[in-house]
Amino acid sequence: MWQTARLVAAKDLNIEWRSRQVTNQVLPFAGLTLVLFAFALDRDDITARVAPGLFWLATTFSLIVLVQRAFAVETSDGALDTLRVAGVDPAGIYLGKSLALAAQLIVLEALLLLGVIVFYASHIRPAGIVLVIITALLATCGLAFVGTLYGGLAAGAKGRETLLPLLLLPVVAPVLIGATRAFEAAFGTRGGAGIRAGVEISDGWPWVGMLAIFAAVFGAAGVLAFGPLLEEA
Amino acid sequence: MRARPIRPRTAVCAVASGTVVGRMVSPDNAEPTRSAGPVVSLRDVVAVLGRFPALAGASLDVEPGEVLLLKGPNGAGKTTLLRLCAGLVPLARGEAEVLGHNMRTERDAIRRHVGLLGHQNGLYADLSVRENVRFWARTAGASAEEIDAALAQLGLDGRLASVAAGRLSAGQRRRTALACLIARRARLWLLDEPHAGLDADGRDLLDDVIRRAVRSGATVLVASHELDRAQALATRMVTVAGGLVYTEQNANPSGAQPGTVN
Amino acid sequence: MSATVPNIQSQQGVDASWVSRRWRGITSTGFSRFLGILAIVLTVWLVLFGLIFSPPDITQQSSVRIMYIHVPTAWVAYLAFGVTGLSSAMYLFRKKHSLIWDRFAGASAEVGVMFMGLTLVTGALWGRLTWGVYWAWDARLTTTAFLFVTYVGYLAVRRLGGSHHARARRSGVLGLLAVLEIPLVHFSVKLWRSLHQEASVANPSGDVKMDGLMLFSLFVGLIAFSSLYFWLVLHRQRVMYLEDRYEDADLDTALAERRAESTGGSHG
Repeated sequence: MWQTARLVAAKDLNIEWRSRQVTNQVLPFAGLTLVLFAFALDRDDITARVAPGLFWLATTFSLIVLVQRAFAVETSDGALDTLRVAGVDPAGIYLGKSLALAAQLIVLEALLLLGVIVFYASHIRPAGIVLVIITALLATCGLAFVGTLYGGLAAGAKGRETLLPLLLLPVVAPVLIGATRAFEAAFGTRGGAGIRAGVEISDGWPWVGMLAIFAAVFGAAGVLAFGPLLEEA
Repeated sequence: MRARPIRPRTAVCAVASGTVVGRMVSPDNAEPTRSAGPVVSLRDVVAVLGRFPALAGASLDVEPGEVLLLKGPNGAGKTTLLRLCAGLVPLARGEAEVLGHNMRTERDAIRRHVGLLGHQNGLYADLSVRENVRFWARTAGASAEEIDAALAQLGLDGRLASVAAGRLSAGQRRRTALACLIARRARLWLLDEPHAGLDADGRDLLDDVIRRAVRSGATVLVASHELDRAQALATRMVTVAGGLVYTEQNANPSGAQPGTVN
Repeated sequence: MSATVPNIQSQQGVDASWVSRRWRGITSTGFSRFLGILAIVLTVWLVLFGLIFSPPDITQQSSVRIMYIHVPTAWVAYLAFGVTGLSSAMYLFRKKHSLIWDRFAGASAEVGVMFMGLTLVTGALWGRLTWGVYWAWDARLTTTAFLFVTYVGYLAVRRLGGSHHARARRSGVLGLLAVLEIPLVHFSVKLWRSLHQEASVANPSGDVKMDGLMLFSLFVGLIAFSSLYFWLVLHRQRVMYLEDRYEDADLDTALAERRAESTGGSHG
């Protein structure tokens, strides 16, 4: 399983390295989203306050594009069929694709974070850096696991472009909520109804726990369910 | 009527009387492999694509070491037959055994040993030829030498090896897919229109690949419209039409006389 | 022609277990008629008690009457999604992989989505009358909205096509994933709201003072909608069974046509 996962992850990352599709298209897309949010909100004080939410919203949108891309690679020349015929361990495929997706998301998030700091004048409290990193890692795992699972479900289906967001967006809501709150704690900002600033860093940690549970639950579910899902579409 | 359909009734009779249709047609091959049993055994198989019954009760036996040529008009069900043997198309009705395993219940056991060259090549356009072959070979646990050998066998070891698969011509992509197949060391080869896009050299290479595969103990099913070429290789030939399989005379002129089912 | 049609076991052969035979026969029986009549009678009761006999609330006046629909539809929707999850598990984990469970899962999800839609609409109307707004980001409301969208997606996946068992497997996995998702969504939304300051609207429910007749009306509503749910699910799964069978019957004619192709061509 791990051997297969390693092979598949290396293959996916190699494909990305060769095609640079994420670098050339998804990154600008995510950056553009940040700029458009700023246009729509039109107030500097508001954008600074809701920066964490916009960051994770941009990441979630990019996730959908990345998942579509990850499975387009498999279906465009029938590679998915070949994987099935060859009896390649589905759990290995699942973990490998999740891993590659997570790696791409991490790079994207690092650059988006930079974008948020530049465009929205956000700043991370020094004490919050650890929180930001752990939150990003766990949320990314959760997003990658869920994204690969539902991507596999929608792969090969008619109308997958529209089906995937419908299935994926409700499921990633907990990650969006949790990661946003944790980032708010690290940034020391607070969006939403309460206008009080001064969130404690410690407010972020319960969310980290929630993100860890999310990643664990969907990771396990994906390892078990990916095989049945890959069976003839 | 030239061809005689293996109507399910006759097939049932044949089984009941202790004879199997495939063996009757090609008695030469039958005897030494009887103990091992057929590699592919389909009984009244129905496969449905959407609402369309691509296979409408097909029965077929393929013995070990055979090179079986499937011919028939477009839309006859050849591709579906091969994809069914590969476990990609579900069995709607009937029974199928491949490599001695039940297609309904033991699909995983079958898959490791089956190689399919379909209409699509299963290549990653952004990866080079070598990277593609290496990926598919390593998912099957092949060694570096086997990968190199497979590339060399299809003349892909030179400059072509580092070209992205997406930049290749149709024939070169076909060759790359064949190299992947060789490196995977399948026991049952399912080749769907393998000649498509190949030039004369490529076709010679393909014949060579098939001969070597058979020599190493594999069984090969080929669906092709290139009858001249394929007949030279095939030990037997069947016609697929209207989702049914019809046995026909032996494809190899030097082989046995045309057989009939009683 | 019929003489040459193969003696092939039908797709239902797999399905003809005692379960399916029993549940298939449950429509147009005494039991299903009883359920239907019960649902009608109780609905009439609910109209009488909800609109006429029960008193208006002291603070909410007549708008409290929406509760007699709102609460039972919510309850039934949750019940329906529970049944979907359970049936999905039964399909996936039972050795027989009986399609009957898949049909129950699908039928239940359809009815559940309908009732959940009613819950959201009645809830919004009640909210407008009582809170002055149609929607509040309350934990329960948000979870409910997510559930609704999730099962709309589930129904979309059921319509993807493929063989009956492909549909059953795919939607079965999704049905179980939805069950995993619900607590996570609920938990996260709840945590989100509790960390925030108090919601800007009044406590959504629980402060409704219930007198005896009001409670009884609510009780009638619960029983009425529950029996309606069971009646609908039984009949919907029966229709699904017939649809599946119709497709299979189609298959027999399609097979005959398909076989005829070969005799019309060069092999005739």
